[in-house]
Amino acid sequence: MAVTFTLNGKTQTVEVDPQMPLLWVLRDTLNLTGTKFGCGMALCGACTVHINGEATRSCITPISAVAGKKITTIEGLSADGSHPVQQAWMEIDVPQCGYCQSGQIMSAVALLSKKPKPTDADIDDFMSGNICRCGTYQRIRKAIHRAADLQVNKSKSA
Amino acid sequence: MTTTLSLDRRAFLKTGAAAGTGLLIGFHLPAFGASAEEQEKKTPNPLNAWVHITPENRVSLILGKSEMGQGIMTALPMILAEELSLDWSKVTIEQAPTNPAIYDHGTGGSGSIAGSWLPLRRAGAAAREMLISAAAARWNVNRDTCVAQDGGVLHGARKNFLTYGELAEDAAKLPIPDFKTVLLKNSDEFTIVGHDKRRYEGSAKATGKAKFGIDSRMPGMQHAVIARCPVFGGKVKSFDAAKAKAILGVQDVIAIDAVGEGAFTAGGVAVLADNSWAAMQGRKALEITWDEGPHASESTEWLRQQFLENAGKPGKVVRNDGDADAAIAGAAKKVEATYEFPFAAHATMEPMNCTVHIRPDGAEAWVPTQAPQWAQDIIVGISGLPRDKVIVNTTLMGGGFGRRYMGDFVMEAAQIAKITGKPVQVLWTREDDMQHDFYRPASYHKMSGAIDAQGGLAAWKHFQTSTSIDAMWSKDGESHAENSEFATALFIPYATPNYHVEYTLAKSGVPRAWWRSVEHSSSGFIVECFVDELATAAGADPYEFRMKLMGDDRKIPDFTNPKEGKPLDTARLKAVLKLAAEKGDWGKPLPKGVGRGIAAYFSFESYTACVAEVSITKGDVKVHRLSYAVDCGRPINPDGIRAQVESAAIYGLSASLHDAITIKKGRVEQGNFNTYQMPKIADTPKTEVHVVMSKEEPTGIGEPGLPVVTASVCNAIYSLTKKRIRRLPIRKEDLA
Repeated sequence: MAVTFTLNGKTQTVEVDPQMPLLWVLRDTLNLTGTKFGCGMALCGACTVHINGEATRSCITPISAVAGKKITTIEGLSADGSHPVQQAWMEIDVPQCGYCQSGQIMSAVALLSKKPKPTDADIDDFMSGNICRCGTYQRIRKAIHRAADLQVNKSKSA
Repeated sequence: MTTTLSLDRRAFLKTGAAAGTGLLIGFHLPAFGASAEEQEKKTPNPLNAWVHITPENRVSLILGKSEMGQGIMTALPMILAEELSLDWSKVTIEQAPTNPAIYDHGTGGSGSIAGSWLPLRRAGAAAREMLISAAAARWNVNRDTCVAQDGGVLHGARKNFLTYGELAEDAAKLPIPDFKTVLLKNSDEFTIVGHDKRRYEGSAKATGKAKFGIDSRMPGMQHAVIARCPVFGGKVKSFDAAKAKAILGVQDVIAIDAVGEGAFTAGGVAVLADNSWAAMQGRKALEITWDEGPHASESTEWLRQQFLENAGKPGKVVRNDGDADAAIAGAAKKVEATYEFPFAAHATMEPMNCTVHIRPDGAEAWVPTQAPQWAQDIIVGISGLPRDKVIVNTTLMGGGFGRRYMGDFVMEAAQIAKITGKPVQVLWTREDDMQHDFYRPASYHKMSGAIDAQGGLAAWKHFQTSTSIDAMWSKDGESHAENSEFATALFIPYATPNYHVEYTLAKSGVPRAWWRSVEHSSSGFIVECFVDELATAAGADPYEFRMKLMGDDRKIPDFTNPKEGKPLDTARLKAVLKLAAEKGDWGKPLPKGVGRGIAAYFSFESYTACVAEVSITKGDVKVHRLSYAVDCGRPINPDGIRAQVESAAIYGLSASLHDAITIKKGRVEQGNFNTYQMPKIADTPKTEVHVVMSKEEPTGIGEPGLPVVTASVCNAIYSLTKKRIRRLPIRKEDLA
């Protein structure tokens, strides 16, 4: 079945099993490997992408459900790593193994779009579906606060 | 070649694992953890092996170890860059090709920094001296008037400056200085080592550009998943692939044999497809009859019964000083306690995977591995190709923690690739990963101790029965069992004239291996919780009691490896204990409902101490704050050290609060993160890591942060509730 959607700003059509999760379409059909497979059951958040701006677990989202929708992956967040959340991630040196960080960053971006100045409790709540086995959580929290500051500065200077 | 399994983990990684594997499945033995001098002999030219400089002055430093999150891709090149006087912001880092004749690839045992420090300094210094000689020759001046600076060589005024790029071609032709006498930089002049550096590949990991093993893609690559017998030791009796082959995208279904000791694969039925999803769907459609083998009735209850029976009988005496039984019998104050540990899974975020292409004339693989030399051995063995035709690319790893030292996932991919002749990626699902791991051993410990009239330690007695790691690697599945199970528990820093340790192997079909901090994860918990119990019996403050029992400064030899292992220096352990106590507000008032606990421990030649603050709400333990002090010798990248300790704390907390693998009918009961839960961001304590700016030789830090966290947390629970936690994970009923 052909499914058409917008991927990182460009129209994309794929011809696959309609039940195939978006994760595998991204990784195996389109070779966009920044989005990660961790659990296949929406338990770890490594596969998080944005669908129409909402943080969504791509591992349980059938491709048929994204027809006509706008999808953003880690590759589409910025061309050069200049997104404030990515900048904060680098500045605080959040990643260790780094495998979960695409998902962590996509969740963090979604959080900041809803709450530009989140509290620790907001962060703990919104980020609770993203597991990091390296335990970088303390730095994730710090980096989200830092990204919130960077976004304010960016919008001021814009 | 020795068949004796060595006594500590690092030595085991050097010889034991390789020897066992070499014997049993015919691997060619690699240069596994060779000594610094052996390494240097094999390094033909540092400007070839360790530093690549182009005429355009692009300087690449070569990484001979594997990056799994521990930051070695940054820390080791920092050492080279320091000796080469490079501008750190301009260096590029490249993964070394797999070539055990040159590189000591194996990455484990928190040993990369300790083992590479001197060899890399010498390699960097030798390259620098060659570049200086080339410049002096070009200018026809005395080389003593030339200095290396900012990635070039300077003579006198700045006008005489040549970049390394301008010198490299000449320099590479010069004689290589004697590594034993080459001039090393004065450490007072270090500008890179000892200074915080951001992770080299951090930006790639923040942009999704970082390539892990699972991201390997080749034209025409098949995606494979494997149905393995859910019971350990079971195998395929028969299967019907008709329904699997009918799934859209499925290309082939093939059976692969189990491979025994060394690889320890389960064998099974592989479904190959043009995408991962189709392969998974195809696997679901397979109809397989299993021969469940000899372990089909194993259960956690059965294993515990074995533990209890073993604990009722004498074990093998591993250490015996004085007469502990007599001292305990005659002591006024004595304590007895039993401690229990479950199996634990590694649960790396990136599930196991391996990508291999075996052609008639050569092979190439992309492997997220802690042991690339071993992956190469496996592919050489399966393909029959000569080693120089087998290219193994070490990729980034989405976590390792010891799991990726194993070669099982490489063996499976090589078996399939040999049959198909096409590129294949074997992918494990989360359930595969959880149910076919090599687990942290389960163990049971009977402790006894006594306090003398002066409040000192009259006796320490430790009986352990466990499903040993080393036993699994031995030919008969039983020998050398105790070697991998005690570590520092055999030479505790607390002085006592009566010290007795016994061990009995418990049999199990469950595979075991090195789980972050290995035996220290249990030994650190037991030693540091039991000494806390003794402090209570003595009526002493837990911090003061530890300080008193450590007593005068002394160096305690590594009991299992007195020749090679570094001794435990009580001065350094006391120093981190004191620092953690100060930073963690030991002895200061606490809010109501909050308890504080302390622990200090020596592992992987490094010293760590931690003060934990906890509260309990409705039976749920909340860890609020961890104050760590760590001494891992000279810090290479202090912020990297802090990151590793923050990480080990959470990994340790996972074992305290959640992790337990249980067995029923010979199979693992847990499958995904809903049944094997991980700490979440809300569970994260405020963690401060105070790094001692030591000038001692640098040692490891990937694992040493772990053993103290559970002990300090459980000791804090005691201070709050007067309940001792003696089994993990912490259960509500043990708090009430």
